[in-house]
Amino acid sequence: MNQNLSKQLQQQVLSAIEANQPLQIQGGSSKNFLGRAANATPLEVSGHRGIISYDPVELVITARAGTPLRKLEQILADAGQMLPFEPPHFGLNATLGGTIACGLSGPSRSFCGSARDYVLGVKLINGRGEILNFGGQVMKNVAGYDCSRLMAGAMGTLGLLLEISLKVLPRQAAEITLVNKTSLPQALETMNHWAGKSLPLNAACYDGENLYLRLSGAKTAVKSAHQLIGYKLYGNGNPFWQTVKEHQHPFFQSKLPLWRLSLPAGMADINIPGTWFIDWCGAQRWLLSDSAPELVRKQTQASGGHATLFRRGPVDCETFQLPADGIMQLHRRLKQAFDPAGIFNPGRLYAGL
Amino acid sequence: MVNTEKHATGASAIDHSMTDKTAATKSTLDKAALITRLREIVAADALLYDEEDLRPYECDALSAYCKLPMIVVLPGTIEEVQAIMRLCYQHHVPVIARGAGTGLSGGATPIGGDVVLSLAKFMSILNIDPLARTAVVQPGVRNLAISQAVAQHRLYYAPDPSSQIACTIGGNVAENSGGVHCLKYGLTVHNVRKVKIVMMDGELLTLGGDALDSSGYDLLALINGSEGMLGVVVEVTVKLIPMPDRAQVVLAAFDDVEKAGIAVGEVISAGIIPGGLEMMDKLATQAAEDFVQVGYPTDAEAILLCELDGTNEEVSEQILIVREIMKQCGATKTRTACDEAEREAFWKGRKAAFPAVGRLAPDYYCMDGTIPRKHLPYVLRRMGELSIEYDLRVANVFHAGDGNLHPLILYDANTPGELKRTEAFGGKILELCIEVGGTITGEHGVGIEKLDQMHLQFSNEELTQFHAVKHAFDPAGLLNPGKAVPTPKRCSEYRQLPAQNKNRPSQNRCEHL
Repeated sequence: MNQNLSKQLQQQVLSAIEANQPLQIQGGSSKNFLGRAANATPLEVSGHRGIISYDPVELVITARAGTPLRKLEQILADAGQMLPFEPPHFGLNATLGGTIACGLSGPSRSFCGSARDYVLGVKLINGRGEILNFGGQVMKNVAGYDCSRLMAGAMGTLGLLLEISLKVLPRQAAEITLVNKTSLPQALETMNHWAGKSLPLNAACYDGENLYLRLSGAKTAVKSAHQLIGYKLYGNGNPFWQTVKEHQHPFFQSKLPLWRLSLPAGMADINIPGTWFIDWCGAQRWLLSDSAPELVRKQTQASGGHATLFRRGPVDCETFQLPADGIMQLHRRLKQAFDPAGIFNPGRLYAGL
Repeated sequence: MVNTEKHATGASAIDHSMTDKTAATKSTLDKAALITRLREIVAADALLYDEEDLRPYECDALSAYCKLPMIVVLPGTIEEVQAIMRLCYQHHVPVIARGAGTGLSGGATPIGGDVVLSLAKFMSILNIDPLARTAVVQPGVRNLAISQAVAQHRLYYAPDPSSQIACTIGGNVAENSGGVHCLKYGLTVHNVRKVKIVMMDGELLTLGGDALDSSGYDLLALINGSEGMLGVVVEVTVKLIPMPDRAQVVLAAFDDVEKAGIAVGEVISAGIIPGGLEMMDKLATQAAEDFVQVGYPTDAEAILLCELDGTNEEVSEQILIVREIMKQCGATKTRTACDEAEREAFWKGRKAAFPAVGRLAPDYYCMDGTIPRKHLPYVLRRMGELSIEYDLRVANVFHAGDGNLHPLILYDANTPGELKRTEAFGGKILELCIEVGGTITGEHGVGIEKLDQMHLQFSNEELTQFHAVKHAFDPAGLLNPGKAVPTPKRCSEYRQLPAQNKNRPSQNRCEHL
């Protein structure tokens, strides 16, 4: 049921500040596995849901944070539109708020942009219990600091998201997937070669054996791109990308810790023992490995990226790679600026934050 | 705003004496001592302090407001920037970073008693990686120079503000600059991967990275559009995108602005995202045609320029659809550029629209609100009424695809009171943008120009939050102080003003400079 719980949530936040009782923000609990455990009183926000405005011609949708992601995507699909960053759900109950707070994007990311790229504005409750609006419902807006995009990926540590406005785009008329058996170095080279051409390329991944390219665009454009690239048509394109996005692909069925390595796209194979699944043209690499976290982080950093212990990590280990000291210092100051009493999701992103 | 020298000395020159005093009393070094200390960091010719030499730095492209800085310093290395920042930090001297000075909102206007840090010497393109599709450039590299340098790889840098011949990438990051291709290709924030900044205390930090994201907070998003108030940008890694195989532009003429507005919505409803979608009203079209003679229909109430880009086949497919939509929406004429020369000619008029309109009056004042597109007819109608009320003509150039309006108010700064009336009119237009759910600035920034309208768009609590963000980066408040975010005190004073006094650039304005 659609309802506006802004006032109640504000009251709960104010009481928590008063009682110095930190809160653990809970949407659909689909991404509880991600990040460190926030040891705090759960604050249920999934009841705060509903589309506030959606006019397909404006290419903007505004919805309450507790709105189920699948509901939102269905409404867009009914109007022939979509969230271009293809967010993973990781569960049936994923909410819009959790999607933005975690800042995750799907296979189209390297071609279409990330969750934060599509954020136009947010309404949030800060750690002083104030309801604040940043950004707006228009494509271009440079009034004030960009506090709305800052919320994407902040894991709920800077405020409680109430409403989010996103830019949306029309769905493409045609979509096909091409497949080609190749080696890892060759796959990395090929993906990035095609990505530099004017083609309707929209996703590129490598599963250790095959390179998959997704073409998405006008019918004629997709057809001519297929002719140019020349690979075999892969019949089961849609379900394939769905399993990659949702980690239902057989690769992800493992008992080993799952790492997400964010790397420069063209970076050659890096030397960490384990099995790999390459997405985003090589910019996002999934690694199943029981190598020591320090080793994974060191190697990734040396290659110009950062590593996230995405699933099944040791309990006492940081999930996200610690930034440089100066950047960490800025994190603490920003946390102080938004949430001086440390009410929201303490420790979820980094210990002590 | 057009750059005519005469504004500088006109009725608008504002009194900054308060600012001078504030800065001077806090600073622990006088001008002579600071010059001595700066000489230890940079060569003598990298330091300007005589009035004559300082004059070019007294304003940016918002030339109605001028103030001489105390000193201008032109470092050549990041280490020099760090040393200068440390020195100024230790001695409480305000610093204002400056690129090409093409900003339209006064973001680089000196405040007096300050050091202007010019990044003009940072002109090198450090690395181009065609496979990764990135370029690493110094902040003083011009926007267009990046695209020119990578053209051999059939790549380009997408954001293209009108000033792209002159404006620099460092300034683009500071303002989160846009251009005519934003709807499809995004703003600066969407096209920058990594930025190195020097903090007010001299610390060098890297935001973002060579991967597509970095761990922790998205500080890169925050630095874009922060108007030089959080850090000084000293290196930028930009994302490059493949040049489309083909770009084709359709020009459509309408006898009614509203019909043109509807046509814009219909193109998007058809699932087409044009590379560029621009509208000009009659006055702007006529001025552009008089200026560059590219064959615009001067009897039209509005013209649309719709550029489609991509693969050869999809452009062909979409051109037909767009032409059909234009006709169905009542276009009196449609023309498709038959070759690259004609396509360039169509755009030439649009790109020359500001200087073209500038020929219609001694001065013009350029506004920058963004609105939800559906409110365009109402906003244009109200603007027409306000034009009569304030007795000032206004030409409209409009990034129709993304809702970003650039009304150009025509005036004469030498007519007593006319600049004030112009600014009052401009303020009304911004309020109108807020009223329909838009914003006071889409791409030009707040600077010193729109401080008063910030009160209308944001609550005291929101402004306080902005100040808290500023404080997190620059606790001493020395980096480009007084820009972009007004103090809550100023807000409550502004909100209490009688309506007829609002939007006047009274002495109030200098309070925060």
